[in-house]
Amino acid sequence: MEKDMITTDILIIGAGPTGLFAVFEAGLLKLKCHIIDALAQPGGQCAELYPKKPIYDIPGFPEVLAGDLVDNLMKQIEPFQPGFTLGERAQTIDRQEDGTFIVTTSKGTKHHAKVVAIAGGLGSFEPRKPAIEGLEKYEDKGLAYMIKNPEDYRGKRVVIAGGGDSALDWSIFLADVASEVTLVHRREEFRGALDSVEKVEELVAQDKIRLITPAEILDINGEGAVESVLLQHNDEAKRMEIIECDAFVPLFGLAPKLGPIADWGLEIEKNAIKVDNTLDYQTNIPGIYAIGDVNTYPGKLKLILCGFHEATLMCQSAYQRIHPDKRYVMKYTTVGGIDGFDGSRKEAEKAVVKKIGNKQNV
Amino acid sequence: MSDIKITIIDREGVSHQVDAPTDMNMNLMEVCKAYDLPVQAVCGGMAMCATCQCYIISDHDLGERNDDEQAMLWEAQNVKDNSRLGCQIPITPDLEGLIIELAPEE
Repeated sequence: MEKDMITTDILIIGAGPTGLFAVFEAGLLKLKCHIIDALAQPGGQCAELYPKKPIYDIPGFPEVLAGDLVDNLMKQIEPFQPGFTLGERAQTIDRQEDGTFIVTTSKGTKHHAKVVAIAGGLGSFEPRKPAIEGLEKYEDKGLAYMIKNPEDYRGKRVVIAGGGDSALDWSIFLADVASEVTLVHRREEFRGALDSVEKVEELVAQDKIRLITPAEILDINGEGAVESVLLQHNDEAKRMEIIECDAFVPLFGLAPKLGPIADWGLEIEKNAIKVDNTLDYQTNIPGIYAIGDVNTYPGKLKLILCGFHEATLMCQSAYQRIHPDKRYVMKYTTVGGIDGFDGSRKEAEKAVVKKIGNKQNV
Repeated sequence: MSDIKITIIDREGVSHQVDAPTDMNMNLMEVCKAYDLPVQAVCGGMAMCATCQCYIISDHDLGERNDDEQAMLWEAQNVKDNSRLGCQIPITPDLEGLIIELAPEE
Protein backbone atom coordinates (compact mmCIF):
# COMPACT_ATOMS: atom_id res chain seq x y z
CA MET A 1 0.00 0.00 0.00
CA GLU A 2 1.27 3.45 -0.88
CA LYS A 3 2.03 5.84 1.91
CA ASP A 4 0.09 9.09 2.32
CA MET A 5 -3.01 7.40 1.00
CA ILE A 6 -6.24 8.17 2.80
CA THR A 7 -7.89 4.92 3.86
CA THR A 8 -11.48 4.46 4.90
CA ASP A 9 -14.35 1.98 4.88
CA ILE A 10 -16.79 3.96 2.74
CA LEU A 11 -15.57 6.68 0.40
CA ILE A 12 -18.42 9.06 -0.30
CA ILE A 13 -18.22 11.26 -3.37
CA GLY A 14 -20.28 14.38 -2.79
CA ALA A 15 -20.80 16.31 0.44
CA GLY A 16 -24.46 17.20 -0.13
CA PRO A 17 -27.17 16.20 2.35
CA THR A 18 -27.31 12.60 1.10
CA GLY A 19 -23.54 12.11 1.37
CA LEU A 20 -23.44 13.70 4.81
CA PHE A 21 -26.29 11.59 6.17
CA ALA A 22 -24.60 8.45 4.84
CA VAL A 23 -21.80 9.17 7.35
CA PHE A 24 -24.33 8.95 10.17
CA GLU A 25 -25.87 5.68 9.06
CA ALA A 26 -22.42 4.20 8.43
CA GLY A 27 -21.31 5.39 11.85
CA LEU A 28 -24.11 3.45 13.54
CA LEU A 29 -22.61 0.37 11.88
CA LYS A 30 -19.11 1.36 13.03
CA LEU A 31 -17.99 2.05 9.48
CA LYS A 32 -15.66 5.00 8.88
CA CYS A 33 -16.33 7.45 6.06
CA HIS A 34 -14.34 9.94 4.06
CA ILE A 35 -15.96 12.49 1.73
CA ILE A 36 -14.60 14.08 -1.44
CA ASP A 37 -16.23 17.20 -2.89
CA ALA A 38 -15.25 19.55 -5.70
CA LEU A 39 -16.56 22.53 -3.78
CA ALA A 40 -14.57 24.17 -1.02
CA GLN A 41 -17.28 23.66 1.63
CA PRO A 42 -19.66 20.82 2.52
CA GLY A 43 -23.36 21.02 1.68
CA GLY A 44 -23.42 20.60 -2.09
CA GLN A 45 -26.20 22.47 -3.86
CA CYS A 46 -27.79 23.42 -0.55
CA ALA A 47 -24.69 25.42 0.40
CA GLU A 48 -23.62 26.58 -3.05
CA LEU A 49 -26.87 27.39 -4.83
CA TYR A 50 -29.54 28.16 -2.28
CA PRO A 51 -28.31 28.33 1.35
CA LYS A 52 -30.91 30.98 2.25
CA LYS A 53 -33.86 29.24 0.63
CA PRO A 54 -36.37 27.27 2.67
CA ILE A 55 -37.09 23.56 2.23
CA TYR A 56 -40.52 22.36 3.35
CA ASP A 57 -40.38 18.60 2.84
CA ILE A 58 -37.75 17.40 5.28
CA PRO A 59 -39.69 15.11 7.63
CA GLY A 60 -40.00 16.70 11.04
CA PHE A 61 -38.98 20.17 9.84
CA PRO A 62 -41.99 22.25 8.76
CA GLU A 63 -39.47 24.70 7.31
CA VAL A 64 -35.69 24.65 7.27
CA LEU A 65 -33.19 26.81 5.39
CA ALA A 66 -30.95 24.74 3.13
CA GLY A 67 -27.86 26.16 4.85
CA ASP A 68 -29.25 25.27 8.28
CA LEU A 69 -30.02 21.72 7.14
CA VAL A 70 -26.36 21.35 6.18
CA ASP A 71 -25.21 22.77 9.53
CA ASN A 72 -27.49 20.33 11.36
CA LEU A 73 -26.24 17.37 9.34
CA MET A 74 -22.63 18.35 10.03
CA LYS A 75 -23.46 18.44 13.73
CA GLN A 76 -25.27 15.11 13.54
CA ILE A 77 -22.30 13.32 11.94
CA GLU A 78 -19.61 14.99 14.04
CA PRO A 79 -19.26 12.04 16.49
CA PHE A 80 -18.38 9.81 13.56
CA GLN A 81 -15.39 11.96 12.59
CA PRO A 82 -15.68 11.88 8.81
CA GLY A 83 -12.62 12.91 6.81
CA PHE A 84 -12.98 15.50 4.06
CA THR A 85 -11.10 16.15 0.83
CA LEU A 86 -12.66 19.44 -0.29
CA GLY A 87 -12.02 21.55 -3.38
CA GLU A 88 -10.92 18.47 -5.32
CA ARG A 89 -12.91 16.56 -7.90
CA ALA A 90 -12.96 12.75 -7.91
CA GLN A 91 -11.21 11.96 -11.16
CA THR A 92 -10.37 8.28 -11.57
CA ILE A 93 -11.27 5.00 -9.90
CA ASP A 94 -9.16 1.86 -9.92
CA ARG A 95 -10.58 -1.42 -8.75
CA GLN A 96 -8.00 -3.46 -6.86
CA GLU A 97 -7.62 -7.23 -7.02
CA ASP A 98 -9.08 -7.61 -3.54
CA GLY A 99 -12.27 -5.79 -4.60
CA THR A 100 -11.36 -2.50 -2.91
CA PHE A 101 -11.02 0.80 -4.78
CA ILE A 102 -8.53 3.61 -5.16
CA VAL A 103 -10.07 6.95 -6.10
CA THR A 104 -7.75 9.75 -7.19
CA THR A 105 -8.79 13.41 -7.26
CA SER A 106 -8.04 16.18 -9.73
CA LYS A 107 -5.17 17.20 -7.44
CA GLY A 108 -3.76 13.70 -7.19
CA THR A 109 -4.96 12.88 -3.66
CA LYS A 110 -5.46 9.12 -3.39
CA HIS A 111 -8.17 7.45 -1.35
CA HIS A 112 -8.32 3.73 -0.65
CA ALA A 113 -11.76 2.40 0.31
CA LYS A 114 -13.61 -0.88 0.67
CA VAL A 115 -16.79 0.63 -0.73
CA VAL A 116 -17.47 3.72 -2.85
CA ALA A 117 -20.76 5.59 -2.57
CA ILE A 118 -21.36 8.21 -5.24
CA ALA A 119 -23.61 10.91 -3.83
CA GLY A 120 -22.70 13.31 -6.59
CA GLY A 121 -26.02 15.13 -7.00
CA LEU A 122 -26.02 16.99 -10.28
CA GLY A 123 -22.32 16.35 -10.73
CA SER A 124 -19.44 18.60 -9.84
CA PHE A 125 -19.82 22.32 -10.20
CA GLU A 126 -17.70 23.66 -13.03
CA PRO A 127 -17.28 27.33 -13.82
CA ARG A 128 -19.44 28.55 -16.68
CA LYS A 129 -17.18 29.73 -19.50
CA PRO A 130 -17.81 32.63 -21.85
CA ALA A 131 -18.43 31.86 -25.52
CA ILE A 132 -15.03 32.89 -26.88
CA GLU A 133 -13.32 30.82 -29.51
CA GLY A 134 -9.89 29.38 -28.71
CA LEU A 135 -10.40 30.10 -25.02
CA GLU A 136 -8.58 26.95 -23.90
CA LYS A 137 -5.13 28.06 -24.99
CA TYR A 138 -5.16 30.93 -22.51
CA GLU A 139 -6.36 28.84 -19.55
CA ASP A 140 -3.89 29.23 -16.67
CA LYS A 141 -1.96 31.67 -18.89
CA GLY A 142 -3.73 34.75 -17.68
CA LEU A 143 -7.24 33.34 -18.10
CA ALA A 144 -8.92 31.87 -15.02
CA TYR A 145 -12.55 31.10 -14.19
CA MET A 146 -12.09 31.32 -10.43
CA ILE A 147 -9.61 33.09 -8.23
CA LYS A 148 -7.79 30.61 -6.05
CA ASN A 149 -4.88 32.72 -4.85
CA PRO A 150 -5.41 36.49 -5.04
CA GLU A 151 -1.66 37.07 -4.58
CA ASP A 152 -1.19 35.78 -8.14
CA TYR A 153 -2.70 39.08 -9.26
CA ARG A 154 -0.45 41.41 -7.27
CA GLY A 155 0.72 44.29 -9.42
CA LYS A 156 -1.12 42.92 -12.47
CA ARG A 157 -3.71 44.51 -14.74
CA VAL A 158 -6.87 42.45 -14.30
CA VAL A 159 -10.13 42.42 -16.25
CA ILE A 160 -13.04 40.80 -14.41
CA ALA A 161 -16.32 40.02 -16.18
CA GLY A 162 -19.63 39.15 -14.53
CA GLY A 163 -22.57 40.66 -12.69
CA GLY A 164 -22.96 38.55 -9.58
CA ASP A 165 -21.53 38.40 -6.08
CA SER A 166 -18.20 36.84 -7.01
CA ALA A 167 -17.46 39.45 -9.71
CA LEU A 168 -18.27 42.23 -7.23
CA ASP A 169 -16.40 40.73 -4.29
CA TRP A 170 -13.23 39.94 -6.23
CA SER A 171 -13.20 43.37 -7.86
CA ILE A 172 -13.31 44.88 -4.39
CA PHE A 173 -10.59 42.60 -3.06
CA LEU A 174 -8.27 42.99 -6.05
CA ALA A 175 -8.65 46.79 -6.07
CA ASP A 176 -5.98 46.78 -3.33
CA VAL A 177 -3.83 44.02 -4.81
CA ALA A 178 -3.78 44.44 -8.58
CA SER A 179 -2.33 47.49 -10.33
CA GLU A 180 -5.52 47.94 -12.37
CA VAL A 181 -8.98 46.41 -12.03
CA THR A 182 -11.53 46.66 -14.82
CA LEU A 183 -15.01 45.28 -14.17
CA VAL A 184 -17.06 44.49 -17.26
CA HIS A 185 -20.72 43.47 -17.23
CA ARG A 186 -23.33 43.00 -19.92
CA ARG A 187 -25.84 45.06 -18.00
CA GLU A 188 -25.75 48.20 -15.90
CA GLU A 189 -27.45 46.38 -13.03
CA PHE A 190 -25.53 44.07 -10.74
CA ARG A 191 -27.05 41.37 -8.59
CA GLY A 192 -25.36 40.92 -5.26
CA ALA A 193 -25.32 41.86 -1.60
CA LEU A 194 -26.15 45.55 -1.18
CA ASP A 195 -22.92 46.44 0.62
CA SER A 196 -20.84 44.84 -2.15
CA VAL A 197 -22.65 46.90 -4.77
CA GLU A 198 -22.13 50.07 -2.72
CA LYS A 199 -18.46 49.30 -2.11
CA VAL A 200 -17.84 48.84 -5.83
CA GLU A 201 -19.63 52.15 -6.48
CA GLU A 202 -17.30 53.82 -3.99
CA LEU A 203 -14.15 52.29 -5.51
CA VAL A 204 -15.28 53.31 -8.98
CA ALA A 205 -15.68 56.90 -7.72
CA GLN A 206 -12.13 56.72 -6.31
CA ASP A 207 -10.81 55.44 -9.66
CA LYS A 208 -9.68 52.18 -8.05
CA ILE A 209 -11.98 50.15 -10.27
CA ARG A 210 -12.74 50.98 -13.88
CA LEU A 211 -16.34 49.98 -14.51
CA ILE A 212 -17.48 49.34 -18.08
CA THR A 213 -21.19 48.60 -18.55
CA PRO A 214 -23.03 47.50 -20.55
CA ALA A 215 -20.28 45.72 -22.40
CA GLU A 216 -19.01 42.31 -23.28
CA ILE A 217 -15.60 40.74 -23.85
CA LEU A 218 -15.60 39.20 -27.33
CA ASP A 219 -12.04 38.00 -27.75
CA ILE A 220 -8.70 37.40 -26.07
CA ASN A 221 -5.38 38.26 -27.69
CA GLY A 222 -1.77 37.52 -26.86
CA GLU A 223 1.18 35.37 -27.83
CA GLY A 224 1.05 32.38 -25.50
CA ALA A 225 -0.56 34.37 -22.68
CA VAL A 226 -3.27 36.98 -22.20
CA GLU A 227 -2.00 40.39 -23.38
CA SER A 228 -5.30 42.12 -24.13
CA VAL A 229 -9.03 41.56 -24.48
CA LEU A 230 -11.40 42.91 -27.10
CA LEU A 231 -14.40 44.61 -25.57
CA GLN A 232 -17.62 45.70 -27.22
CA HIS A 233 -19.67 48.46 -25.64
CA ASN A 234 -23.34 47.50 -25.81
CA ASP A 235 -24.41 51.02 -26.66
CA GLU A 236 -25.92 52.18 -29.92
CA ALA A 237 -22.55 52.65 -31.62
CA LYS A 238 -21.38 49.13 -30.55
CA ARG A 239 -17.97 50.70 -30.10
CA MET A 240 -15.01 48.31 -29.82
CA GLU A 241 -12.14 48.80 -27.41
CA ILE A 242 -8.95 46.88 -26.77
CA ILE A 243 -8.00 46.65 -23.12
CA GLU A 244 -4.41 45.69 -22.40
CA CYS A 245 -4.20 43.39 -19.42
CA ASP A 246 -2.26 40.53 -17.81
CA ALA A 247 -5.26 38.59 -16.62
CA PHE A 248 -8.85 38.02 -17.66
CA VAL A 249 -11.20 36.48 -15.11
CA PRO A 250 -14.76 35.77 -16.28
CA LEU A 251 -16.90 34.97 -13.21
CA PHE A 252 -20.15 33.69 -14.71
CA GLY A 253 -21.20 31.34 -11.96
CA LEU A 254 -21.04 27.57 -11.71
CA ALA A 255 -22.84 24.97 -13.77
CA PRO A 256 -23.08 21.34 -12.70
CA LYS A 257 -21.55 18.66 -14.91
CA LEU A 258 -21.55 14.91 -14.26
CA GLY A 259 -17.84 15.11 -15.08
CA PRO A 260 -15.27 12.30 -14.92
CA ILE A 261 -17.69 9.93 -13.13
CA ALA A 262 -19.35 9.49 -16.52
CA ASP A 263 -16.22 7.60 -17.65
CA TRP A 264 -16.03 5.14 -14.76
CA GLY A 265 -17.77 2.35 -16.65
CA LEU A 266 -21.04 2.84 -14.80
CA GLU A 267 -24.34 2.38 -16.55
CA ILE A 268 -25.68 5.87 -17.25
CA GLU A 269 -29.15 6.86 -18.31
CA LYS A 270 -30.24 10.47 -18.88
CA ASN A 271 -27.20 11.89 -17.10
CA ALA A 272 -27.78 9.74 -14.00
CA ILE A 273 -26.30 6.46 -12.75
CA LYS A 274 -28.52 3.39 -12.95
CA VAL A 275 -28.83 1.48 -9.69
CA ASP A 276 -30.65 -1.51 -8.24
CA ASN A 277 -33.54 0.04 -6.32
CA THR A 278 -34.98 -3.32 -5.34
CA LEU A 279 -32.15 -3.84 -2.89
CA ASP A 280 -29.30 -1.50 -2.09
CA TYR A 281 -28.70 1.18 -4.74
CA GLN A 282 -25.65 -0.63 -6.04
CA THR A 283 -24.46 0.21 -9.57
CA ASN A 284 -23.47 -2.29 -12.25
CA ILE A 285 -20.01 -2.40 -10.60
CA PRO A 286 -20.20 -4.38 -7.32
CA GLY A 287 -18.97 -2.26 -4.43
CA ILE A 288 -19.86 1.04 -6.08
CA TYR A 289 -23.17 2.50 -5.00
CA ALA A 290 -24.96 5.64 -6.19
CA ILE A 291 -27.35 7.49 -3.87
CA GLY A 292 -29.36 10.70 -4.00
CA ASP A 293 -29.96 12.88 -7.04
CA VAL A 294 -27.13 11.26 -9.01
CA ASN A 295 -28.90 7.91 -9.42
CA THR A 296 -31.88 6.76 -11.40
CA TYR A 297 -34.33 3.86 -11.24
CA PRO A 298 -38.00 3.38 -12.10
CA GLY A 299 -40.00 5.95 -10.17
CA LYS A 300 -36.96 7.92 -9.02
CA LEU A 301 -37.66 11.22 -7.27
CA LYS A 302 -34.85 13.70 -6.76
CA LEU A 303 -35.72 14.62 -3.21
CA ILE A 304 -33.43 15.00 -0.22
CA LEU A 305 -35.66 12.75 1.86
CA CYS A 306 -35.33 9.98 -0.75
CA GLY A 307 -31.55 10.42 -0.66
CA PHE A 308 -31.59 9.84 3.12
CA HIS A 309 -33.44 6.56 2.66
CA GLU A 310 -31.11 5.44 -0.11
CA ALA A 311 -28.07 6.28 2.02
CA THR A 312 -29.45 4.16 4.86
CA LEU A 313 -30.02 1.06 2.74
CA MET A 314 -26.67 1.54 1.00
CA CYS A 315 -24.89 1.42 4.38
CA GLN A 316 -26.56 -1.86 5.30
CA SER A 317 -25.38 -3.40 2.04
CA ALA A 318 -21.90 -1.92 2.45
CA TYR A 319 -21.72 -3.49 5.92
CA GLN A 320 -22.55 -6.91 4.49
CA ARG A 321 -19.91 -6.44 1.81
CA ILE A 322 -17.23 -5.33 4.27
CA HIS A 323 -18.14 -7.95 6.92
CA PRO A 324 -19.53 -10.92 4.98
CA ASP A 325 -19.15 -13.18 8.01
CA LYS A 326 -20.91 -10.96 10.53
CA ARG A 327 -24.57 -10.90 11.33
CA TYR A 328 -26.09 -7.55 12.04
CA VAL A 329 -29.34 -6.66 13.71
CA MET A 330 -30.64 -3.14 13.19
CA LYS A 331 -30.97 -1.23 16.44
CA TYR A 332 -33.06 1.89 16.99
CA THR A 333 -30.93 4.85 18.06
CA THR A 334 -33.46 5.37 20.87
CA VAL A 335 -32.59 1.90 22.17
CA GLY A 336 -28.90 1.64 21.35
CA GLY A 337 -27.84 5.25 21.65
CA ILE A 338 -24.95 6.60 19.62
CA ASP A 339 -21.32 5.76 20.26
CA GLY A 340 -19.14 8.27 18.48
CA PHE A 341 -15.70 7.35 17.19
CA ASP A 342 -14.52 10.27 19.32
CA GLY A 343 -15.51 8.37 22.46
CA SER A 344 -18.69 10.38 22.97
CA ARG A 345 -21.90 8.61 23.86
CA LYS A 346 -25.46 9.79 23.48
CA GLU A 347 -28.33 7.79 24.86
CA ALA A 348 -31.89 8.09 25.98
CA GLU A 349 -32.29 9.03 29.61
CA LYS A 350 -33.15 5.96 31.64
CA ALA A 351 -36.42 5.83 33.55
CA VAL A 352 -36.04 5.38 37.30
CA VAL A 353 -37.80 3.01 39.60
CA LYS A 354 -38.32 4.90 42.83
CA LYS A 355 -40.89 4.93 45.52
CA ILE A 356 -42.92 8.09 46.02
CA GLY A 357 -43.79 8.92 49.63
CA ASN A 358 -42.37 7.35 52.79
CA LYS A 359 -45.08 4.92 53.89
CA GLN A 360 -43.42 2.00 55.64
CA ASN A 361 -43.96 -1.45 54.23
CA VAL A 362 -45.68 -3.71 56.67
CA MET B 1 -61.18 21.36 -19.95
CA SER B 2 -58.44 23.48 -18.53
CA ASP B 3 -55.76 22.38 -20.98
CA ILE B 4 -54.14 24.76 -23.44
CA LYS B 5 -52.18 23.94 -26.57
CA ILE B 6 -48.52 24.88 -26.67
CA THR B 7 -46.04 24.29 -29.49
CA ILE B 8 -42.48 23.47 -28.50
CA ILE B 9 -39.80 23.42 -31.19
CA ASP B 10 -36.93 21.18 -30.08
CA ARG B 11 -33.23 21.66 -30.86
CA GLU B 12 -33.54 19.62 -34.07
CA GLY B 13 -36.24 21.98 -35.30
CA VAL B 14 -39.07 19.48 -34.77
CA SER B 15 -42.37 20.94 -33.56
CA HIS B 16 -44.29 19.24 -30.78
CA GLN B 17 -47.83 20.36 -30.04
CA VAL B 18 -48.65 19.45 -26.46
CA ASP B 19 -51.53 19.87 -24.04
CA ALA B 20 -50.58 21.79 -20.93
CA PRO B 21 -52.84 21.88 -17.87
CA THR B 22 -53.51 25.30 -16.39
CA ASP B 23 -54.78 23.97 -13.08
CA MET B 24 -51.78 22.00 -11.85
CA ASN B 25 -49.41 24.79 -10.83
CA MET B 26 -47.06 23.82 -13.65
CA ASN B 27 -44.52 25.93 -15.46
CA LEU B 28 -43.21 25.73 -19.01
CA MET B 29 -40.07 23.80 -17.98
CA GLU B 30 -42.19 21.17 -16.22
CA VAL B 31 -44.43 20.80 -19.27
CA CYS B 32 -41.33 20.14 -21.41
CA LYS B 33 -40.11 17.53 -18.95
CA ALA B 34 -43.53 15.92 -18.70
CA TYR B 35 -43.41 15.32 -22.45
CA ASP B 36 -39.80 14.04 -22.31
CA LEU B 37 -38.48 16.97 -24.30
CA PRO B 38 -34.72 17.46 -23.80
CA VAL B 39 -34.79 20.02 -21.02
CA GLN B 40 -32.34 19.11 -18.27
CA ALA B 41 -33.61 21.50 -15.58
CA VAL B 42 -30.69 20.65 -13.35
CA CYS B 43 -31.58 23.19 -10.67
CA GLY B 44 -35.17 21.97 -10.57
CA GLY B 45 -36.81 25.32 -11.22
CA MET B 46 -34.87 27.85 -9.15
CA ALA B 47 -33.73 29.99 -12.10
CA MET B 48 -30.18 28.95 -11.35
CA CYS B 49 -28.99 26.91 -14.32
CA ALA B 50 -30.58 28.23 -17.54
CA THR B 51 -30.92 24.72 -18.99
CA CYS B 52 -34.61 25.49 -19.61
CA GLN B 53 -33.87 28.64 -21.59
CA CYS B 54 -36.25 29.04 -24.52
CA TYR B 55 -37.14 31.65 -27.12
CA ILE B 56 -40.70 32.93 -27.28
CA ILE B 57 -41.67 32.73 -30.95
CA SER B 58 -45.36 33.73 -30.80
CA ASP B 59 -46.30 37.25 -29.72
CA HIS B 60 -47.82 36.36 -26.35
CA ASP B 61 -47.21 38.87 -23.60
CA LEU B 62 -45.47 37.00 -20.79
CA GLY B 63 -44.69 40.07 -18.72
CA GLU B 64 -41.27 41.13 -17.54
CA ARG B 65 -38.53 38.71 -16.54
CA ASN B 66 -38.36 38.47 -12.76
CA ASP B 67 -35.11 39.41 -10.97
CA ASP B 68 -33.77 35.87 -10.56
CA GLU B 69 -34.55 35.07 -14.18
CA GLN B 70 -32.98 38.30 -15.37
CA ALA B 71 -29.80 37.72 -13.38
CA MET B 72 -29.47 34.17 -14.69
CA LEU B 73 -29.97 35.32 -18.28
CA TRP B 74 -27.15 37.86 -17.89
CA GLU B 75 -24.78 34.97 -17.38
CA ALA B 76 -26.22 32.34 -19.69
CA GLN B 77 -25.16 31.81 -23.28
CA ASN B 78 -27.19 32.21 -26.49
CA VAL B 79 -29.44 34.78 -24.86
CA LYS B 80 -31.68 36.77 -27.19
CA ASP B 81 -34.25 39.48 -26.56
CA ASN B 82 -37.00 36.84 -26.57
CA SER B 83 -35.14 34.50 -24.19
CA ARG B 84 -36.99 33.31 -21.10
CA LEU B 85 -36.43 30.61 -18.50
CA GLY B 86 -39.20 28.05 -18.87
CA CYS B 87 -39.19 27.38 -15.13
CA GLN B 88 -40.30 30.96 -14.42
CA ILE B 89 -43.31 30.92 -16.77
CA PRO B 90 -46.47 29.58 -15.12
CA ILE B 91 -48.99 27.91 -17.42
CA THR B 92 -52.05 30.13 -17.57
CA PRO B 93 -55.04 30.22 -19.97
CA ASP B 94 -53.49 33.35 -21.60
CA LEU B 95 -50.77 31.15 -23.06
CA GLU B 96 -53.15 29.29 -25.40
CA GLY B 97 -51.33 28.87 -28.73
CA LEU B 98 -47.90 29.78 -27.33
CA ILE B 99 -44.97 28.80 -29.54
CA ILE B 100 -41.51 28.42 -28.02
CA GLU B 101 -38.18 27.12 -29.22
CA LEU B 102 -35.63 25.46 -26.94
CA ALA B 103 -32.35 27.39 -26.76
CA PRO B 104 -29.16 25.42 -27.60
CA GLU B 105 -27.41 23.60 -24.75
CA GLU B 106 -24.40 25.41 -23.34
